[in-house]
Amino acid sequence: MADLSINFAGIKAPNPFWLASAPPTDKAYNVIRAFEAGWGGVVWKTLGENPPLVNVSSRYSAHYAKSREVIGFNNIELITDRSLEINLKEITQVKKDWPDRAMIVSLMFPCNEESWRTVLPLVEATGADAIELNFGCPHGMPERGMGAAVGQVPDYVEMVTRWCKKYCSLPVIVKLTPNITDVRLPARAAKRGGADAISLINTINSITSIDLDAMVARPIVGGRSTHGGYCGTAVKPIALNMVAEIARDPETAGIPISGIGGISSWRDAAEFIALGSGSVQVCTAAMLHGFGIVKEMKDGLSRWMDSKGYTTLNDFVGKAVRNTTDWKYLDMNYQVIANIDQEKCIGCGKCYIACEDTSHQSIAQIISKSGARKYEVIEEECVGCNLCEITCPVAGCITMVEEKSNKPYMNWTQDPRNPAGVVTVAAGAS
Amino acid sequence: MLQALKHLNSAYLDNVTLAGQFTDLAPALNPRQAQIESERCLYCFDAPCTRICPTEIDVASFIRNIATENINGAAKTILQQNILGGSCARVCPTEILCEDACVRNHDAEGVPVKIGLLQRFAIDHMSFDAHPFTRATLTGHTIAVVGAGPAGLACAHQLAMLGNDVVIFETLPKPGGLNEYGIAKYKLTDNYAQREVEFLLAIGGIAIQYGKTLGTNLSLAQLNSDYSAVFLALGLGASRILGLTDEDAPGLLAAVDYIAELRQADDLTQLPVPNRALVIGAGNTAIDMAVQIARLGCEDVTVVYRRGVESMSATKHEQEIAKANQVRIKTWAKPQAVLLDAAGRVRGMRFEKTRPVNGQPQACGESFELAADAIFKAIGQTLEVSQSGLSIMADKIAVDANFRTSLNGVYAGGDCIAPGQDLTVQAVQQGKLAARAIHFDLTNSTEAA
Repeated sequence: MADLSINFAGIKAPNPFWLASAPPTDKAYNVIRAFEAGWGGVVWKTLGENPPLVNVSSRYSAHYAKSREVIGFNNIELITDRSLEINLKEITQVKKDWPDRAMIVSLMFPCNEESWRTVLPLVEATGADAIELNFGCPHGMPERGMGAAVGQVPDYVEMVTRWCKKYCSLPVIVKLTPNITDVRLPARAAKRGGADAISLINTINSITSIDLDAMVARPIVGGRSTHGGYCGTAVKPIALNMVAEIARDPETAGIPISGIGGISSWRDAAEFIALGSGSVQVCTAAMLHGFGIVKEMKDGLSRWMDSKGYTTLNDFVGKAVRNTTDWKYLDMNYQVIANIDQEKCIGCGKCYIACEDTSHQSIAQIISKSGARKYEVIEEECVGCNLCEITCPVAGCITMVEEKSNKPYMNWTQDPRNPAGVVTVAAGAS
Repeated sequence: MLQALKHLNSAYLDNVTLAGQFTDLAPALNPRQAQIESERCLYCFDAPCTRICPTEIDVASFIRNIATENINGAAKTILQQNILGGSCARVCPTEILCEDACVRNHDAEGVPVKIGLLQRFAIDHMSFDAHPFTRATLTGHTIAVVGAGPAGLACAHQLAMLGNDVVIFETLPKPGGLNEYGIAKYKLTDNYAQREVEFLLAIGGIAIQYGKTLGTNLSLAQLNSDYSAVFLALGLGASRILGLTDEDAPGLLAAVDYIAELRQADDLTQLPVPNRALVIGAGNTAIDMAVQIARLGCEDVTVVYRRGVESMSATKHEQEIAKANQVRIKTWAKPQAVLLDAAGRVRGMRFEKTRPVNGQPQACGESFELAADAIFKAIGQTLEVSQSGLSIMADKIAVDANFRTSLNGVYAGGDCIAPGQDLTVQAVQQGKLAARAIHFDLTNSTEAA
């Protein structure tokens, strides 16, 4: 079986699956259960100044898919509501009892140097492996000038990171907020400040649903609500893009990334790793299913790696980064055309109506004398958009087949149809 | 009642046990089940389920309404095509209609969406403050409808909606036709047929007169002169005969007569139940009869058919129900003689073995006897009308594409017209379409005059 152990920015762990800083890592009881279940590490729920914060009731809400499957999760919980002393004491003991697991302590303190100078030696004394700076919490804390309020200002990110490097010898991971226009800016700032690694994404500002009887968003707290932080499988595509943006940015390329956002299976984890993540953090999936899921994640990842001939994670970390590029470098001469396997077609007509109503009128409905319906691609009209393949409920029925041509690779900057001639697009344009 | 079986003992099971034998064969979906099932629907374009539905219900639309918690929207979608959507949801052979056409039969899962049960869910859970359909401006026309079965009721409702008044004439003391008197008790439970008629009549403008039979105390000519138009929804009253000696002996009767008695019985323990029963026939009525008598406590029930299983008009689903109730199906055997005991009562039947010759069953000289103290005939029904002036085609009332009979102003629909599968859902569609044709003809002639 493949070796899942990692050395992430100097932090060693038996596997890349860490629990993210959140309710599951709130106290020793939970963390011990997580380690017993086999998690490779934890990021202890964010510590803050005394006196501890006070949370409200209720705290979570969800975005459901068909059949009540939770695809998005929203919370309005603040950082730890226990005292600094209790947390530090528990961290010390757990790290002592579980020396092979990664113990990372998440921190959120006000933007003054003194606060950080005071707390960092206390954290280091616990024996923890690293610290993670919570610059991402989008709810509650920004109203007090912390969390995302820091993460959204690159200068603050750089400044606080610098203080941490100054007063602490542990690796510093900077956790970024996705609630920002260009995630590369705070990432670059973290790197300038001396960060050893980046982790992302934190949660996204969200309102999951409205109670249409009470006319209030969820979760409801005494008839009112507030926006929360969104996570779970629905945020995975957003997180993957942000990880890729940082992985392929020349200024931050190569910095270790701990990928976070909707990871609930080995496949999700492999995707984050392929885009450059050296470790992955999980929260929602554990909150929905319990800590046991790490077993299948580890097993699945190992077996998939075996099937691909990868012996360690380093064999494929970042392997998909090189194929993630700007639009202007895509091959204008590449062409795919939809192909419908009539043997597999069940006749639902979804491809037809999707293409007819909303795309390129490239599928014909043929009605036989017996009344049977047949759907055929009008190849001359098909632009290869994939919509029919996406709407088809039968796996493998519609495939996008490459049209072989002898034309060489030609991107938009080389394309004679480009009215600007040869262009150079500024970074960040899409 | 049931003179033919009065010599038999009544059911030995108690009422509580018997009641348990006649609860819903296919239990209703609960809200969670309906949610899950509705989400399995792929929302097909030009959906095969809708194309095959005789009443052309927009299945994908009503199911999407259920999935999005719009139950009244779902119910209205069903009812505007099929005002008897509640009973059709229960009695339709969906296994040869919408659920057979469902594309999910052909995907990897290979299991159709439970369209019938979802339709039932929508109708059972609808909650309208008033009748969901309103009547158009009154036309001043009153139409006579003969027969308060599915075709007559659907026609009456559609006529009322279009602004006409309707008087329905019905022989029996209750409306509903086969839904009330003929469908297996475990398919339509809890007095559903009556509750549905009550809902249907709530649109207003429809009166029903009971105890009125065409040719007895009702004249077609008189109706035709008294009303703006007449719609005949007579059904099929007469049971076919075997054509054997002693066919009227005690112990031999038509299955529909027993089923009607069962459907109307307040006390199931009073029903005569044979020890051994034979059911002659191969349709859904034969299966309904066999299964019901088995459930009443008859321990030895055999359905006998002169052809092979593949020719049975009872659907595969119905045959499975028979098997699940320990009903034997004996094929390639033709009734030859009724066997009587010393008292002249049925003691069994002699059958002649048959075999297929050019697709037809042909006697092959061998015979065998089956013992039984009751024999139920379920070999079909025929039109029971001898009204002068009505053209008959293939033993049924001849009609044109607009349900017009050979008599001016007289229309017909349901089982009494052209050969078909005699399905409730077809009767509803014909009643609905006939109503539109009648309304169109009346409106046009008024305008012309």
